[in-house]
Amino acid sequence: MTQAPVGRQAEFCAALLDPGRGCPDGLRAWNGSDPSARLAVYRNNVLSSLIDALAATFPVVQELVGTEFFRAMAAVFVRAAPPRSPILAHYGEAFAPFIEQFEPARPVPYLADVARLELARVRAYHAADADPVSTEAVNLALASGERMGELRMVFHPSLSTVASPHAVVAVWAAHQGEGALEDVDVNRPESAIVLRQGLDVLVLKAPPGAVEFIAAVKRKQALGDAAAAAAGAAAGFDLTASLALLFAHGALTSLQLPPRQDP
Amino acid sequence: MAMTDSNLPSRAGIGLKPQHFREVLDTRPDIGFFEVHAENYMVDGGPFHHFLGRVREHYALSLHGVGLSIGGEGALDEKHLDRLAALIVRYEPASFSEHLAWSSHGGKFLNDLLPVPYDRPTLDRVCRHIDRVQERLQRRMLLENPATYLEFETSTLGETEFLREVLQRTGCGLLLDVNNVHVSCTNHGRDARAYIRELPLDAVGEIHLAGFTRDQDTAGAPLLIDSHGSPVDDAVWQLYSEVITRLGPAPTLLERDNDVPSLATLLAEAGHADHRMAAQAEPKRCGANWGGA
Repeated sequence: MTQAPVGRQAEFCAALLDPGRGCPDGLRAWNGSDPSARLAVYRNNVLSSLIDALAATFPVVQELVGTEFFRAMAAVFVRAAPPRSPILAHYGEAFAPFIEQFEPARPVPYLADVARLELARVRAYHAADADPVSTEAVNLALASGERMGELRMVFHPSLSTVASPHAVVAVWAAHQGEGALEDVDVNRPESAIVLRQGLDVLVLKAPPGAVEFIAAVKRKQALGDAAAAAAGAAAGFDLTASLALLFAHGALTSLQLPPRQDP
Repeated sequence: MAMTDSNLPSRAGIGLKPQHFREVLDTRPDIGFFEVHAENYMVDGGPFHHFLGRVREHYALSLHGVGLSIGGEGALDEKHLDRLAALIVRYEPASFSEHLAWSSHGGKFLNDLLPVPYDRPTLDRVCRHIDRVQERLQRRMLLENPATYLEFETSTLGETEFLREVLQRTGCGLLLDVNNVHVSCTNHGRDARAYIRELPLDAVGEIHLAGFTRDQDTAGAPLLIDSHGSPVDDAVWQLYSEVITRLGPAPTLLERDNDVPSLATLLAEAGHADHRMAAQAEPKRCGANWGGA
């Protein structure tokens, strides 16, 4: 079997991502001009298209720090962590942890959590489709009397939460034209529930304990155990309020009692 | 028309952009087909699939891959092929196309169409990869000629010679990107008309048209960048007219991926391509002389 010279594309790839590396050997231009100036076209295509992909996923992060800062920060990220897949909708999973460690971004301590919220929105946008449980099914389940605590729930595939010591929901909302950023007390802890209802991605401010409740349900705990876990984590947990919020936004795709275990 | 698996109508089409989803469904413009980048639809659910499914009910679809890395040194990504196969089953596109280029290496995806040397080992590898794609997808694909900015010292074949042999050996069709012909020929001091004469036009299953931006190299020679962010240049329109004079009407995509304008602007540009096809089909233009072709 014939093989191309080993490492040609490895060297090309490294040169594209590392501006400190020289032009790989073996490249030429028809008129004898410097091939590195032509390699620069590819370098720019790679870097700017991947920065654009991040800008599309993280528009509020970009607005918070400005385009110039964002693009410089994203360039460092792209070079350190280029995509591992040709599906760019998934690119940026590691952007929030990167921002957390990115020294120049320290003056905006909530930036990483805003990035988490924006990533959750993109994931929700592209998540699998599923029909929410009907109102009848909800009413039937809630009439299960003393067995109510045994109810099992399945959330819509798009549902996730972002917990933050900062007011991430208010900061994000201010960039959607809801309220002014100056009026936001950024040091107020806030958590978000993100999900898609129909074709629309929603960002809901989570009531106390809701994040813990959702996490417990995702760990396959029954309603009673999940509620206890949430109440243990947040004194203000209100099961009725959390359930009402989730039902109202079509967050559950299944709600049923397990088969009765006869003694 | 070409003997390929492209069943796109011989008319102009445009890219389907998310910002135009609703307008397309509300207004149902009279257009030959829509093209989408396969990778944008490799997601589980949500609005992209919702709208593409509805658009597909009314229009022919061209599925255009930008991430298969057919020119890659490594093995083809079988998972990616599986995803392509699933999209083809779901949307039954009239055509599937990919590029003579690589975009992934060592697990890293670079999101650009990178150049390959035109030598025998690369030719063998590209043919093996295309054979595998066609076997897995159970259909012939179209291979697009690249826009390039660099050449390799190890190249022993011309680009058209390379393409011709790939088409011959694999039986795949040609996606003739006329803008890429103009861009590459300008960037490498070649004659675009000679380049097109050297290609088997009967293998063309689709044509791409797009805009470029102008730069220059260190010798002051023009260096054109395939940017897909502006209207089609006059020189490319002229070349296009010459191609369809010889080829006849062909499915023609107006590509616009950056600074995407209004749907109306894209449709007007597509209308211009349709107009050129109609003009070239008039009897007085028949038998145009293509030199040595």
